Order: sequence, then C-alpha cells, then structure tokens
Amino acid sequence: MSIRERLSGNEAAAIAMKQINPDVVAAFPITPSTEIPQYFSSFVSNGDVDTEFVAVESEHSAMAATIGAEAAGGRAMTATSANGLSLMWEMVYIASSLRLPIVMSLVNRAVSGPLNIHNDHSDAMGVRDAGWIMLFSENNQEAYDNLIMAHRIAENKDVKLPLMVCQDGFITSHSIENIELIEDDKVKKFIGEYKPDEYLLNKDNPIAIGPLDLQSYLFEHKAQQAEAMKNAKKIILEVANEFEKMTGRKYSFFEEYKLEDSEIAIVCMNSTAGTTKFVVDSLREKGIKAGLLKLRVFRPFPAEEIAKALENVKAVAVLDKADSLNAAGGALFEDVTSAMYVNKKQVPMINYIYGIGGRDTKADDIKKVYEDLQKIAKTGNVEDPYRYLGLRR
Amino acid sequence: MPYNLKQVVAEKPSRFTAGHRMCAGCGAPPVARMVLRALKPEDHAIISVATGCMEVSTFIYPYTSWTDSFIHTAFECAAANVSGAEAAYKALKRKGKIPEDQTTKFIAFGGDGGTYDIGLQSLSGAMERGHDMVYVCYDNGAYMNTGVQRSSATPKFADTTTSPAGKIIPGKMQARKDLTNIIANHHIPYVAQTIAVNNFKDLYEKSEKAIYTEGPAFLNVLAPCPRGWGYNTEDLMKINKLAVETCYWPLYEVIDGKYTINYKPKNKLPIEEFLKPQKRFKHMFKPGNEWMIEEFQKEVDKRWEELLNLEEITNKVQE
Repeated sequence: MSIRERLSGNEAAAIAMKQINPDVVAAFPITPSTEIPQYFSSFVSNGDVDTEFVAVESEHSAMAATIGAEAAGGRAMTATSANGLSLMWEMVYIASSLRLPIVMSLVNRAVSGPLNIHNDHSDAMGVRDAGWIMLFSENNQEAYDNLIMAHRIAENKDVKLPLMVCQDGFITSHSIENIELIEDDKVKKFIGEYKPDEYLLNKDNPIAIGPLDLQSYLFEHKAQQAEAMKNAKKIILEVANEFEKMTGRKYSFFEEYKLEDSEIAIVCMNSTAGTTKFVVDSLREKGIKAGLLKLRVFRPFPAEEIAKALENVKAVAVLDKADSLNAAGGALFEDVTSAMYVNKKQVPMINYIYGIGGRDTKADDIKKVYEDLQKIAKTGNVEDPYRYLGLRR
Repeated sequence: MPYNLKQVVAEKPSRFTAGHRMCAGCGAPPVARMVLRALKPEDHAIISVATGCMEVSTFIYPYTSWTDSFIHTAFECAAANVSGAEAAYKALKRKGKIPEDQTTKFIAFGGDGGTYDIGLQSLSGAMERGHDMVYVCYDNGAYMNTGVQRSSATPKFADTTTSPAGKIIPGKMQARKDLTNIIANHHIPYVAQTIAVNNFKDLYEKSEKAIYTEGPAFLNVLAPCPRGWGYNTEDLMKINKLAVETCYWPLYEVIDGKYTINYKPKNKLPIEEFLKPQKRFKHMFKPGNEWMIEEFQKEVDKRWEELLNLEEITNKVQE
C-alpha cells in the first residue's frame, strides 16, 4: 500500500532522496532549495540513510564534489537554485561531459540580478544546453515521482547522463499538498544497485578521466553526448512505463490536457500547468475548445512528438518563465516553433514571457492568453509574437 | 620506509610515467613522481589535478602519464573533486562495496594559480571539512600555463606578463601571499613546505607523512619554472637550492600546530644569489634599483624571523 502524506515540494524531494539513499550528497544552502539539504542532514544525523553528507563551502564545490563522488563509483546527488546553479555552471557542463549520472533537485528561482529569491525558470534555462536531462514537475507529487525515476534514466547504459528534476520555488517547494509516497522497499527495488562499468575506486582497473581533449577527439566525444541524449528519449518512456506499473501514475514526455480536440492551446512547464488546467476546465464549460500541453521532458526535447500533438490546433501560446533577452522570444517558444517548422506544421504561435521574479500568474492572466488565442485562431494572423503577460505598464 | 634514494627508486617504480610533455628543467614532474613514490606499493590512489601545466601536459587524450586513478575537471576545484571521491570511498567502504583490504589514498595537485588564487576557497573548504586527503601545491610563482601572468604567489618585483617591469612600474608591486601559513591556520594535522628537487629526502619524507597522516594535509612545494623564471634548464637544482639557502623558501613542517624548521642554513646567503640567475628579476640589478634588492632582502629576513619565532612559540606552548 502506498503511503498518503501531506508534504511540501522540498520535503517530497528530500524524502525521495532518503529513499534513494545515495552514497554522497554534497550541497550548499540557497533559497528556496535550502530545506532539501537541511532535511537530508537530519536523515544523516539520525542514521536514516547511509549517505556521506559533504557540507561544501559553495555550489561550485557542491557540483565538483558530486562529480568526484560519482566518478569514484558512488551515487551522488545535490540540490540548488538560481545563483547556486549559476555558480555551478562550469561544473554542470563537465558533469555531463564525463558522462556521470548525477541527479540534482533544482528548485527554480530567478537568477540575479537584481537579487530576487522567487520563482521563475531563468536558472534552468541557463543550463539548457549543458547536456543534462531536464524534467519539470507541476506539483509535489511529480517532483517526488520524477526523482524516483531519475536514477533509472540517468544510469542506463545507453544514457549515462546527469539529470535534474525541476520544480517551482515556493509555489511548490514551500506549499504543502497531498502526496502519495511509495514504500521504501519498493523504491529500493525499483532503483536497484548502482554498478558503474568503470569508476575511480576500482583499484584493479584504474582509469583517468577529464583529459585535455583537442581537435582530434573532442568533436566525437561531444557527438557521443548528443547520441546519449537521443537515447534518453526511449529510456525515459521505458522507465515511465515501469513506474506506472508500480504506482498507477502515468508519465510521458508531456501531458496532453484536453488537447486532442482543442482549437487553442497553451504550452508551459511546472506549476503554471495547474493554473492552466483550471482555466481550461472553465473554458470548456463554456464550450471553448481550449487545451494544454504541459511539458515534462524539456531535455531531451521531444520535438517531433510536440509537433504531432499540436498539429491540429489553430493557435498556440508558449509560456516562458524566463526571458532570453534576445529580442525574439523565450527559449521554450523557440524550441517549440522550431519543432513545428521542421516537422512542417504551420500553426500560428505566440510567446508570453510571464511570472518573472515570482510575479503571480493568476487564472485571469491565463484566461487572457486564451482570449488572445481565440482572436488569432479566427484570423490566423499573429502580430507581435513576443509578448509579456502580467507586466505592469 | 626511511628514505634512501637508491632503495626508493629501485623498489618503487614511478607511478607517474615518462612521455609527458612538461618542459625540460621544470620542477613540477619530479614533485608528482616523488609524492607518488611515497605511497606504499600496495596502496591505490585517486589523484585529482587542477587545470594547469601539470594537467594539460600529462593527460592529453588518449594518453596519460598517471598509473593510478585520475580525475581532472577544472581549474579551481581539485580539492573539491577529491573530497567528493573521498566521501564516496567512506560511504562505499561502510556499505562493504569496496574490498576490505583495499586502501585508497586521495591526493590533489595544483599549481599556485589553482591553489593560492582561483582554488583557494575549494582548498580551504576541503581542509576545514577534514577529508583524509593531501593537497600538493607545486608553486612556480605565476600562471605559467597561460604564459607567465602574476599570481598571489609571485614574489614582489617579479617581471610577469601581467606585472611587466615597465618604465613606471618595476614589476609586481605586491608581496607574495604566505599560503603555507594560511593553511597551517586551518589547524589541520599536517602542513609542510618543501622543494621539488635538490632535497629529495625532504620531499619524500614529507609526502609520506602527508599521505599517511589521517585527515587533511597540505604540502607547498617550490617548483621552479624555466620559462617563467628565466633560468637555464640545467640550473633547476641550483635555483631550488638557492631558494632554501637564502631563506626565501624555508623547509619546515607544522605537525598538529607545532612548527619545525627542517633546515637552517649555517650561512644564510644574500637574496641576490637567488634573484640574479633569474631573468624575471633582471631589472632589479640595473643601476639605481638597489633599493629593490634591499627591500626584497628585508621581506625575506622579516618572514624568516617570523618563522623562527613561530617555531619557538609553538614548541613552548605545547611543552
């Protein structure tokens, strides 16, 4: 029997880590993810886990120590937010290039500056090309479930890539919700033992990793990373399938909420999907065919599948909780539009930058997006595709 | 084992193999070789090296000079990398996932750039956290890998590419950071200062102590650089010797807070002897620049006196 609980998103992530029982956790506190290493430290202090907790002096060292631990042959995890991830940035790329299946809990927050501790996705977007698998979570349950699935995906022999599980700072990290936990023994069985082929602590087969890798080889090594990211798509679905058998909870690259027959649709990630579902329901009651594509797997980017899912929609709005400041649109918008174009799907599309620095995004804001979409669906014309939502003028 | 050069070399094959691309006359390769020779032959090591000359010249894909397990990631985090590996070792040992008879030692190497400067935070953190590891700094007194830029280890007045001896400013205008003492003030079990060549006994014995002292240990090794210092490659031994004989680079160790100066020259040589063979100090010998040598000498004397005092005080306190 699964366990019914009431937990915050941070608690959910910490509980998942406790059940995973990694060999090493190295972390440095930063709002709003601080509670995760705090809760985890208490698990260590009370002997609930076998983990070595390394209370590093910075996030750069958090990722560097996590890399050292994973390379040595252990399962290593960390948690961070915003500037913590920015400080790690150099090591985030190195972790994936060394093909280390590290798992990180990223509690999304605005990257400075100016300083702001609230939620947006600028931290995650800053590492979108770093070669990490990136899973997004609408609520606490998904943050927990994604972490439970994480090692199975990351450690798969055809993948061997680090993975981060994102959830919205404060909105889910500090909100207490009902959650269904899986029993410890089931989690343990599901995740299994970590048995890397090659690792530093293998005395009988010493290896050297992290070379100077010049013109003759680096390109091929990067191509291998790209190949692993492609492989991850299949593995993500396989693991989701097994997870569904264990829990009854279904996961895929994205969730299609009343999308099948919809004429207007929103694409977004994390907690905003919850608000959007509420609006979709109210619009549907009025006979408006509104739908939602909630993206779970941002990296690898399921371009073809997204294009297929949106092909019959008359107008699409992509919501970006981070601005790319490129005078053209947010990162998710660019990825989705590119997916549509390459797959020859001609659907009018607009982009909204929203929720920056924790600006509250209410049902009325989302309703406004659907109203805009209705107009576009009628005419097929898009004026000014790069817009702001909820900005005070 | 007690140091005997012939015996050490005969019985302990080098764990850092030939074929690397370090310059002739460089002090760093003998440091790597001798530190690793201090390992017991049956013990395994995980070595982490900061980006720098030593890393880019010894591990160019697909070749490596390192026979032990080796990791390099970036410039500032050799200490953090190895602290993570050491934590994994503890956890896996506890879980019985590593053979009981396996002993793995954790050694990090970094130049002065990766140690005194960009990696100071990561080093300080690792030392404070008490990992069972050794951090070895091969101090060549500038960022040599990128082409001789000044570091906080660069001695005052040295001519580097970012502290050039010009018409107005005569080289680096700041005195050298005393990293050995900074790390000693972390109150870790073992800290020592030694040299790359010329006194292999000192380097070997300190390495052995550092590796086999439980907890964090730090070795600061003066490793001359022919390109950055501007000496003839065959003068490597001489330069290292003069650094010690002038008391520019005293050989000492700090064991549980107690300072021991391992060598006190009977006739402390004037600093000119050390400065003169090096092109980086050439401008100090121009007529009218005598004050620079005087000032340099004063700084050396002051630091030597301080060290003598530290030895006296710390031995008194603990008696």
